[in-house]
This record gives sequence, C-alpha cells and structure tokens, in this order.
Amino acid sequence: MGGLANRHPPNKKHRHDRVADTIDTTGDEDTRMTRRLSGIPASFRRSLHRAAAAGLLAASLAIPGTAALVAAPAMAQETPVRGGVLNSIVQPEPPTLMLGLNQQGPTQTVAGKIYQGLLTYDRKLNPMPSLAESWTVSPDGLTYTFKLYQNVKWHDGKPFSANDVVFSTSKFLMEVHPRARAVFSRCESIKALDDHTVEFKLKEPFPAFIQAFEVSSAPIVPAHIYEGSDFRANPANNTPIGTGPFKLKEWVKGSYIQLVRNEDYYKKDLPYLDGITFRVIPDAASRSLALESGQVQQTQYSDLEPFEVPRMKTLPNVTLTTEGYEFVAPMAWLEINHRVKPLDDKRFRKAIAYAIDRKFIRDKIWFGLGRVPTGPINSVVKFYDPKVTTYEPSPDKAKALLDEMGLKPDAKGVRATVKLMPMPYGETWTRLGEYLKQALGKVGVAVVLESTDAAGWAQRVANWDYEITTNFLYQYGDPALGVARTYISSNIRKGVLFTNTMGYSNPKVDELFDQASRENDPAKRQEQYSEVQRILSDDLPVVWLLEMEFPTFLDKRVKNANTTAIGVNDTYESVWLAK
Amino acid sequence: MMNSDFWRAFVRNKGAVLGLVILIAIVVLAVFASVFFPGDPWEMATAPFQPPLSEDALLGSDMLGRDIASGIAHGARVSLLIGLTSTAAALAIGVTLGALAGFHGGKVDDAIMRFTELFQTIPNFVLAVVLVAIFTPSLTTIVAAIAIVSWPPLARLSRAEFLSLRSREFVQAAITTGQSNGTIILRQILPNSLSPIIVSASLMVATAILLESSLSFLGLGDPNAMSWGYMIGAARTVIRQAWWMSVFPGLAIVLTVLALNLVGEGLNDALNPKLARSRG
Repeated sequence: MGGLANRHPPNKKHRHDRVADTIDTTGDEDTRMTRRLSGIPASFRRSLHRAAAAGLLAASLAIPGTAALVAAPAMAQETPVRGGVLNSIVQPEPPTLMLGLNQQGPTQTVAGKIYQGLLTYDRKLNPMPSLAESWTVSPDGLTYTFKLYQNVKWHDGKPFSANDVVFSTSKFLMEVHPRARAVFSRCESIKALDDHTVEFKLKEPFPAFIQAFEVSSAPIVPAHIYEGSDFRANPANNTPIGTGPFKLKEWVKGSYIQLVRNEDYYKKDLPYLDGITFRVIPDAASRSLALESGQVQQTQYSDLEPFEVPRMKTLPNVTLTTEGYEFVAPMAWLEINHRVKPLDDKRFRKAIAYAIDRKFIRDKIWFGLGRVPTGPINSVVKFYDPKVTTYEPSPDKAKALLDEMGLKPDAKGVRATVKLMPMPYGETWTRLGEYLKQALGKVGVAVVLESTDAAGWAQRVANWDYEITTNFLYQYGDPALGVARTYISSNIRKGVLFTNTMGYSNPKVDELFDQASRENDPAKRQEQYSEVQRILSDDLPVVWLLEMEFPTFLDKRVKNANTTAIGVNDTYESVWLAK
Repeated sequence: MMNSDFWRAFVRNKGAVLGLVILIAIVVLAVFASVFFPGDPWEMATAPFQPPLSEDALLGSDMLGRDIASGIAHGARVSLLIGLTSTAAALAIGVTLGALAGFHGGKVDDAIMRFTELFQTIPNFVLAVVLVAIFTPSLTTIVAAIAIVSWPPLARLSRAEFLSLRSREFVQAAITTGQSNGTIILRQILPNSLSPIIVSASLMVATAILLESSLSFLGLGDPNAMSWGYMIGAARTVIRQAWWMSVFPGLAIVLTVLALNLVGEGLNDALNPKLARSRG
C-alpha cells in the first residue's frame, strides 16, 4: 500500500543506494520513539569545566591580566575536547548495518562510523587517507599500491591486515555488492604484498579506480569472520564488526541505534565523542521538532523535506550546509522513454526543455536547494564542462520546434499528449509533476499524470513501461562510475533499475565514454568528457532538471563534522562537541 | 412526493433550510466554476505563498502560486460529482440486493445477507484505500471504490423495508392478481419504501465526499482532478508557514458535509409520516 506510505512525506525510498539492482522495501515503520533525551551527559560537562578551568589557569599564568579572561573562552571553543554524545536521526530505519550487504542511504550514515574504506575524499573529490595511509599509482595506470595503517584492530580485538582488504575486494564485495563488482572485476589481480601493503593490478587503465574506495563503495570487512561462510546468512551480520572509530552497542528496533567510542581506535586520542546515537523518527513533523528542540544535533539527506528548510534555517541553535554530498552528487532529470513516439524525436525533447523553467523548480519546489544544471554531469563532479548547449526557458522556441515537427495545435490547443508518472518519493516530487504538467500544457503538450507507489514505479521504469517519469541518480565522483551508466547503450538492460532505461543509443557517445574511462591523461580525458557532454546536451536523452542538494543541519556545538565529500557518512573520528 | 405537505414539514426544520441554502450555493459554485474562475485551477496564476486578500488571489495562493479560491470552486465539482455518482452506484447495488433479499426471503436472503456481512466486516476506509491503490487512482476507480464500500447499509435498509412490506395486504393483493415479481418489486414495494432510502442516501453523499477527501489527502486522488482533499493534503506540509492553503478547503468540506447532513435531517422529518402527523 504505497498510498499509506505517502503519509510520511520523506518517503522511505528517498535514500536508497540508487545503484542497487533491486529495490529493497524494508524499513520499520514502528513509531515508538525513545524518550531518552540524552543531551550532554554530566561527565562531559564535568570534563568541559575542567578543560575550561585548565585553559583559564594556563592562560592566566602565561599572560596575566584581563586579556586572558577574554581569550580563554575562545580557546576552549576551538580546541577539541573529549566526550559527549552526538544525537542524530536515522530515517528510514536501515534493515541491517552490514554495509557490505546493504548500501541504502541510512545504512551508509550509521555504518560509515563502524566500517571504513581505504580512502575518503575531500570536497574536490581528491582521495584522502582512511584505512590506507598512503598509496601510489604506476605511470601506466595499471598498478595501484596501498600502504595500510599499522596497529588497526577489528572491533572484536583481532588485528586488521592486508589480507582483509584482499578478501573484501576480491571475494566478499564481488559476490554481494553490484557497484563494487563492476569496479573490481576490472582487476587482473589483487594481492597482499605484506601485512600492510595491498596491490591492485588492472587489466587495462581505469583512472576512475581511485574514486572507488569510499566506505560505501568498498567497505573493508573482516576476513576472519566471513571467509568461507555464506556472506548473506552469516550471524555476525547482526553485530557488525568493523575497524571504525565507533562500535555498535545497542540497536533497539524502531527506537534508536547506539554507537559507542572504539577505545582501541588506531589513531591516538580519537575519536573525541563518547558515542553517537541515531534515533528512528518515522514522522516528518517529529523530525523537525527533534531538531528544533535540540533533541538531535544533526539531520541529513531527506530527514527534513525541502519545504521545512526555510523555516529551520532561521533557528538560532543550528547551521545549515548543503556541502558534503559531492561524492553522491545527485542529478535529477525528466526521464523520457525513447521507444514512444514522438518522444524519440530530439526536437520534441528540446521543446520540453525549452518549456520548463528550471529556476522556478529550484526556487519554488525545492525552496532554493540545488543548482540549475547545464548538462549530464553535476557541476561538483570531475570533468564537468559548462560549455554545452543550454536551454533557457522559452515557450516560443518550444512551439517553433513542435511546429517544425508538424505537431499543430488542435481545437483545444493540444499538439501531443504524453503520460507523466512522477517519482513517488514524497510531496516535492508530486509538486514537480504538477508543475511539469502546467509548463508543458502551455506549449500544447498535454500531460496526463499517472500515480504509482514506490514498488510499482521501480517495476514500471525498470521494464520500460512508462512514457515520461522523473528520476535522480547519484554520480559517485567520476563520470565513469556514475554518469556513463545512464547513457551507454551496453547498459540498456530490461528489468534493471537505474540503467539506460530510456533506450538511448549513440555509438559516438558509447565510444567516448569507453575511451575516457581508459584514458590516463587527465587532459585528454577532459577533452573526451567535454565532447560527450556537448553531444549529450544536444541529443538531450533526458531533460536535466536539478543538481540536487540535501540540507544538513548541525547544532552549533557540533564541531568538525561534515568536512569531506562524503559528509555525514564519514567516520566522525574528529568530531567533537563544544559547550 | 414534492407536495405542499412535504415542504411545510421540511421548512419547519430551520436547520434543514439553512443546509439547503448552503448546498444550493455550493452547487451554483460548482456549476459556474468556469465562469467565476475561468482557466485551469492548476494554473500558476500568481506568486507562490500569497496570503489571503492579496491582489490576484482572494483566498491566497498555494506553494506553486495556484489560486486557492479557484481550486475550491473547481474542487466543488469533483467533490459533488464523486459524492453523487458514487451514491447513485451504491444505491443501485444496495437497493437491488436488498430488494431481492427482502422480497424472496429464505435461502436467497441468507446468501445475500452473508455476502453483505462480508463487506461490513472490512473497515470501509481501509477497503477503499486498497481498491484505489490496486486499480490506480482515477475518477472512475474512486467512484467505484466508494460505491463498493458504501452499499451494505443500503442493502440492509431496503431489505428490512421489503421484508415488512412483503406481508402487507396490498402486496398480497398484487400477488393474487397475478402480477409478476418484477412488477411487484418495482411498482408496489419500492415506491413505498423510498423514504428512508432517500434520507440515508442524502447522508451517504456526505460520507462519500469525506471519503474522497480522505483518499485525496493521502495522495490517492485522481492526480489530474483538483479536489479539496488534495488541496489539504498538499498544503499540510506547509501548514505552519501558510495556514490558508489548508483552512479554506477544509472549511469547504465542513460546510458541504454539514449542509448535506442538515438537509438529510430535514428530509427525514418531512418524509416520516408519523413525525409529520404528530406535528400537524
């Protein structure tokens, strides 16, 4: 009953890993909510007092006088302090925290603190150390060697070694993780050179390889627990064992997930927090309230719907940022089935593009969240090129194109009728559908809206049983990982969602994407991707609507959170709470 | 039916008159919606989030700049249309089954009543939601779903009427004169059992409008038809920023349902001969 699910606007499908072959519909809708308002525990307050006192003392010893009294609080603010529990929201409740098996959005946010990948990425998507301390790429682009951190231990006390990385990437993920399988199947060999060195040899150059070691793309799992077992049925899946700075302490289904500090974490004095508690709050209004009242200090992704953002932005205790989603870099578009006439004609698709005011969509439907796109690649992703054909709103141009196609208005002013099935992911997408109907109606394209539930939508899109729909996909930092899959003809796969479901096929595009994925020279790669962007923006296989941004609200006391391109899904090892 | 006695009895109920006036006003609004508010109610006519009494929008505009007043007028059409057609459909099913059960009695009665009870055991609204969700929301499926969940009380009511009238002398006389069953049901019994059916049908229109609004509120309305329930459902997310988007369509539903209930009560008074006589 998808209809009932609509009662909770931030629909539980919002944050699925959009690459999974199948749609998981799990998600506990139990509304019991914990009443434990933990706030800041007394121990933290005590230690803070001590820190402040020590700061004062130190400062007054060094520079006696009143200046010290002014300087001290500022110092206490900026020096990280140990202790405190961060409260956040997890919505919908994940089916499991075993990140290797499930990469839905909520799973990533929680399990990203438990598991680690070899790398993380800065805001510009450049690799940064996570489990790997350093790495080298051979000049021919075929050999990637990672040096791992020493003294890393699994949460059960067993030592972590290169063997775990080899097992995870060559066996575990190959079996259970479609996105990782696509990447690691390009490896000729994956070897442990010693206990702390791993070498990946590729069959052919694949420069996007370095972007594939983020925690949800390639989580490292313990070989000593999974080796030789049935991965999906291993009882340890309920008690995830990772290497991250936080361990699972308690998971009360329908209520909260409690993570506590990993005392054996390999980085000295980290993490700063005593723990992180994720609260399950299925009701959208209650989620806003939890942030307003200070019950939670962080919300992310679709926890709050866009329409809440303008109001929450004005709260005195929180700050809003839309950064930290560069790795996922979602792009929303109007997906058009090229198997249906007249949608196969690019003049018709261009007419649609001219009929739509994307700035209106961003400002009025998404309440200012997001950027107006120019072409197929999100502007925060590598190899983005703005020099493409763009479509400023112009109903006249739209009508001219339709005239050129011979689609003349009938007595009612209708030139063509199309069916639009808006993505059933909550209110915002419904509004978008209503807007599109009006905007296209103005140029004589009558739109009949079809409504479905999430499962029905997924099934119909995957099986090409639609005319036009709205959709969004994550781009995963590199066009070879998250963009090509939508447009290359080898990815026209019936029954599989988030593939080239439009049925778009252009041999030149296939060739360019293929060449660029193997090109080691970044300048040449840029040229190839620029060309493919120019072709796509002229062919217009889909009509890009919005480079989506998600709002992250952070309580002003939360420091150092959300500093990478992975944002809220990162480990939070250096996050701390100020007074 | 519509004789002066009836009107005298109806007018005596002040509430019923008030209800009738409101109802007529709503019907006029629905019929002349395109005259009062030419153009599409989905049209983004003005700036979004305009409060009531602003220049282009008397009752304000919604989050996409659509005129609330226009939405209410055009929504009245959908609400009344669905209310009336689904009640008509429910009457057709309910009265037919009830008449057959009451007239024939015995095994036919048993079979039909067990069938009716089957529907009565399932909560109305849940069944309607399931039906609409399965058959994808459109005006037809919504009307059908509402009719399917609303006929059982009508069937029981008409069965009771038929059972009691079945043994009356005029029916016995008709049987002895050799009239066919169909003629007896349609010509003899039905006209004499209409009063309570009309009263409960008028109340059923109100229930149907509420059902449709609830379905639309849940996002199970026809996505191409502007309706009051849809307006509230869409506006509830911004209720703290913009109360007018949900309050005015809400008032429209309250007034319509109230009017229908008042009229139903008035009909009950006017059509119930005992009440009429005791007052007269």
